[in-house]
Amino acid sequence: MTLDELERLAAEERAAQRKTACWLHVCTAASCLSAGAAEVKQALEQELAERGMLNFCKVKGVGCMGLCSAGPLVAAQPEGFLYGRVTPDDAPDITRSLVEGRPLRRLAVPGDLPFFRRQFKIVLENAGRVDPERLEDYVAAGGYASLLKVLNEMTPQDVIREVTASGLRGRGGAGYPTGLKWSTVAKSQDREKYVVCNADEGDPGAFMDRAVLESDPHRVLEGMAIAAYATGARHGYIYVRAEYPLAVARLRAAIRQAERAGLLGNRIAGTPFSFHVEVRLGAGAFVCGEETALMASIEGRRGTPRPRPPYPAESGLWGHSTLINNVETLANVPVILREGGEWYARIGTPNSKGTKVFALAGRVLHTGLIEVPMGISLREIIFEIGGGVPEGRRFKAVQTGGPSGGCIPEEYLDTPVDYESLSALGSMMGSGGLIVMDDSTCMVDLARFFLEFSKGESCGKCVPCRVGTAHLYDLLDRILRGESDGAALAMLEELSDLLRHTSLCGLGQSAPNPVLSTLRHFRHEYEAHLEGRCVAGACRTGERR
Amino acid sequence: MNAGIKTLRIDGRDVGARGDQTILQVARENGIFIPSLCYLEGLSPVGACRLCLVEVKGAARLLPSCVTRVEEGMEVTTRSERLDRYRRMILELLFSERNHICSVCVSNGHCELQGLAEKLQLTHVHFPYRYPRLPVDASHPRFVADHNRCILCTRCVRVCDEIEGAHTWDVMGRGIEARIITDLNQPWGESESCTSCGKCVHVCPTGALSEKGRSVAEMAKRRQFLPYLTMMRTQR
Amino acid sequence: MTAPHAAPPGTDKRWKIVEAAMRRHGYRRDALIEALHSVQETFGYLDDDSLRFVASALRLPLSAVYGVATFYHFFTLKPPGRHTCVVCTGTACHIKGAPELLALLEREYGLKPGETTPGGELSLLTARCVGSCGLAPVVVFDRELAGKLSAEDLRRWLERRLAHDAR
Repeated sequence: MTLDELERLAAEERAAQRKTACWLHVCTAASCLSAGAAEVKQALEQELAERGMLNFCKVKGVGCMGLCSAGPLVAAQPEGFLYGRVTPDDAPDITRSLVEGRPLRRLAVPGDLPFFRRQFKIVLENAGRVDPERLEDYVAAGGYASLLKVLNEMTPQDVIREVTASGLRGRGGAGYPTGLKWSTVAKSQDREKYVVCNADEGDPGAFMDRAVLESDPHRVLEGMAIAAYATGARHGYIYVRAEYPLAVARLRAAIRQAERAGLLGNRIAGTPFSFHVEVRLGAGAFVCGEETALMASIEGRRGTPRPRPPYPAESGLWGHSTLINNVETLANVPVILREGGEWYARIGTPNSKGTKVFALAGRVLHTGLIEVPMGISLREIIFEIGGGVPEGRRFKAVQTGGPSGGCIPEEYLDTPVDYESLSALGSMMGSGGLIVMDDSTCMVDLARFFLEFSKGESCGKCVPCRVGTAHLYDLLDRILRGESDGAALAMLEELSDLLRHTSLCGLGQSAPNPVLSTLRHFRHEYEAHLEGRCVAGACRTGERR
Repeated sequence: MNAGIKTLRIDGRDVGARGDQTILQVARENGIFIPSLCYLEGLSPVGACRLCLVEVKGAARLLPSCVTRVEEGMEVTTRSERLDRYRRMILELLFSERNHICSVCVSNGHCELQGLAEKLQLTHVHFPYRYPRLPVDASHPRFVADHNRCILCTRCVRVCDEIEGAHTWDVMGRGIEARIITDLNQPWGESESCTSCGKCVHVCPTGALSEKGRSVAEMAKRRQFLPYLTMMRTQR
Repeated sequence: MTAPHAAPPGTDKRWKIVEAAMRRHGYRRDALIEALHSVQETFGYLDDDSLRFVASALRLPLSAVYGVATFYHFFTLKPPGRHTCVVCTGTACHIKGAPELLALLEREYGLKPGETTPGGELSLLTARCVGSCGLAPVVVFDRELAGKLSAEDLRRWLERRLAHDAR
């Protein structure tokens, strides 16, 4: 498909969509589907058909609208009325309200909630708007225009310059500058190079990548193709969790559609550039989010990390130069090429530019998926966007960065969200899980929860992580059962220091973070447990919860 | 590419090296001791035991000397209070992980784990012992595998794959549950791929793999064959 | 592309699905995980026969195949029960009550994660995070997901599902 053909397809699709005066957008991402969205969609379609209204109004399955706690969500366009907790029985009322041109108050979710107003959408600009199962809809929204612009008008160096100028940093957690990573791979003389999309979102409590893949899979493919052009790769892999069947199905469908349209495959858009993408399934191993373990897994082996250097840019998949970026990082790329790196760099803070997608969950009123500019404070996210802690409970801490991150107490809530500030608090940006805890959560129990995770996910290759995480877990378990004395806390700190400095990969190096951050901010909860009390009243001492 | 001659400084001593050598190789050539358990000359290095970590000036992290290539002007420190402390703790972790009872072990006196503990003056293990219940596999006519003594260094896995070419051994499971296995986790004696060459037994640093019929402290390992075999392979 | 030397362990037609998955990857060694996925999807679990078949078709050592099959928690070497109940133990589910759900399953059905009831009726598994944190705590019964469950909700839900089966 050439640039002209792409523009024609976009225009045709837009014209066809304009013929329908009104659209009912039904969220068909996993969270709403599990709340019954498929049945709602079917009921709405049936209702419209029975009333003979299909010329006037159509139903469209779209990706995540964000407010997962109110699912299934339906939006009536163009007015933008949003309805929550919709059931199939609501279909007649919703269709009637369309005819009357008034919102249906009974189900209405206020559209001016800070949850919506305070967001800034780049990665999620299409989520909840386009049908993730149709290439045409993505194209009508401007999709693949960046790729074709890049192929027709820019050199690989131009592309890297633009991405570097944007200041984009890796959204998988560590925050490595994306432009620098690309230029390293581009410089490699290797004749065979690979681009890998890391979609092995394993943090418990994080579902950003899943939502992006389910809502807008073509955006990720477009980002990958641009990355491949910039670095000189011909083949790409998307390594995605097998636990995300819907994301896998939509990705596979999107790849087929893009290949058929000539937007992936050989000689894309009539240019000499060829790029093939394959999906590879993970199989339930958190450590495979680590890039060397991920590559071992793509090669069909046990997902154990190896020491770096050599870095993947030098020696990656099958020993070839390899670029690995996470889903959200790649999803930013088409927008950066469309709007320019300078535009992107104006969003966020001096060192953390752009936006970040967070999965907001736990003891907070509005849970779901949000995208906010970097630099926003944790307090704004939790109390304005999230609506605060429900049921009259008190906020206690927010956990970021999953098992590699830490807990941040109330006094630091005005900290801006950026890579360096969160690290300074003993936590980390991580991939974007943000879990709110109230005064009913025991922080020692939470630390044990994360160590149970890290112990179970340790690959077992290096000694400190394999044995150390097991000891840390046992120590925490004994403290919770009231079987320890003060020496246990010293041993926790000693082991944490060892793991942090001697483990082979990031999993082991960061596994102590949940222990260290809770010891730092909530030491009194540990001390209370040593005396047989639980400050949160969550644990009955002397027995396991 | 980087095979030229480099000069670097290890523990304040200027040493020369080929660019394709690792810090550990150069240190050993120069009689500088760095402890290690998973490393064995002739097998591919994996950087797993973390005992050979060293401080390199300008590096943010400690680096495993078995896989870190020398660089011009590098300044390496192989002994420090911190390194000694970490190394002793790692040894303690290994002793606490399974059931290492030296006094009744076939490798007593010939064991690399025991030898390092003596050398690094490890006097006691202050982490709680885990005492897992692990099997002893005596199904092979000539050899015994005692999982109680295994430290998962994977030397057996690598020698069997890289030198013997049989790939009888591998690791199953993960984390603290990981274990070495033969074929489909079947008794060693029933393994279809094992050639009974015994290389795994002789590269094993502890009493985990031993010859049958050996009593306490009788199992000394012969390792001289390995560099020879590696040389034969590369010249073939 | 080399044809496999190996014949499937049985005459079951479903082996064709597994063979097709391996053929699609040219019987390359890196197709191992894909092949194991295909076996598990087809037969519900990985037994020794299927591991032998995959090993020989991809020309991989047996221990390497076993090592991979046991490294990844998505794979199971035991046949699952007629029904599977997966309790999500992600962070959001943990703080919103997943431990209570697991306690209930142990109390009512005597099941710990990874176990199956003696009659083979129900298997209990845990998932690190199914990514539906907005609905925490979440349970997946067979392929159906239910969220915001109390222990009592789960008890009734399972009772209904299993009673339906018994009729």
